[in-house]
Amino acid sequence: MKNRLKVLRAERDWTQAQLANELEVSRQTVNAIEKGKFDPSLPLAFKAARLFELSIEEIFQDEAAT
Amino acid sequence: MMMKTDGCSDWEVAKARNSVRLMFWTIGWVLTLALAAFGPKLIWNFQTALTILAVLVNLGAGAGMIMANGRHLRGLDELHRKIFLDTCALTLGAGLVSGLSYELLEDVRLISFQPEIPHLVILMCLTFLVGLIAGHRKYR
Repeated sequence: MKNRLKVLRAERDWTQAQLANELEVSRQTVNAIEKGKFDPSLPLAFKAARLFELSIEEIFQDEAAT
Repeated sequence: MMMKTDGCSDWEVAKARNSVRLMFWTIGWVLTLALAAFGPKLIWNFQTALTILAVLVNLGAGAGMIMANGRHLRGLDELHRKIFLDTCALTLGAGLVSGLSYELLEDVRLISFQPEIPHLVILMCLTFLVGLIAGHRKYR
């Protein structure tokens, strides 16, 4: 699964640690998601969507569908 | 959008508290295990009532440690929970497979000594440690 987390974070000038704090996960988790090494759960994806005020599809894309 | 500061969040504080709680339960379990193992011979001269009490206290501490471990696991974030569970699966598999093979070695007379449970425990601890490190490296 691809995602735009890193871009969205950079647009807002947030650090990984700040985003991790906001999502209540570790910085390592944010890093792994950004690098595509780990796919977040649906609740975490919704949390990120709420935080960025976007829909889940605007942040996460299914690679098989693209 | 207001960001929280970089300081410790409530989630991190709760996680640290769960880790400390698990540490205390683990230390308690080890100490009560030592008491149950050495107490009968060194302290109370095999008095049955005291030995039973020591074993029950050890089992109680073990139950507390298991519950503290569950709480610690539930308090982890999803990546760390995945790493932990993957490591548990690896450890359980390694323990089961090598434990039975180890036992078999004596049955088929490939080794002359009696297989000991502590050897299996050491193997499982090492497997867990290696699995945890490998898991963290994988998602670094």
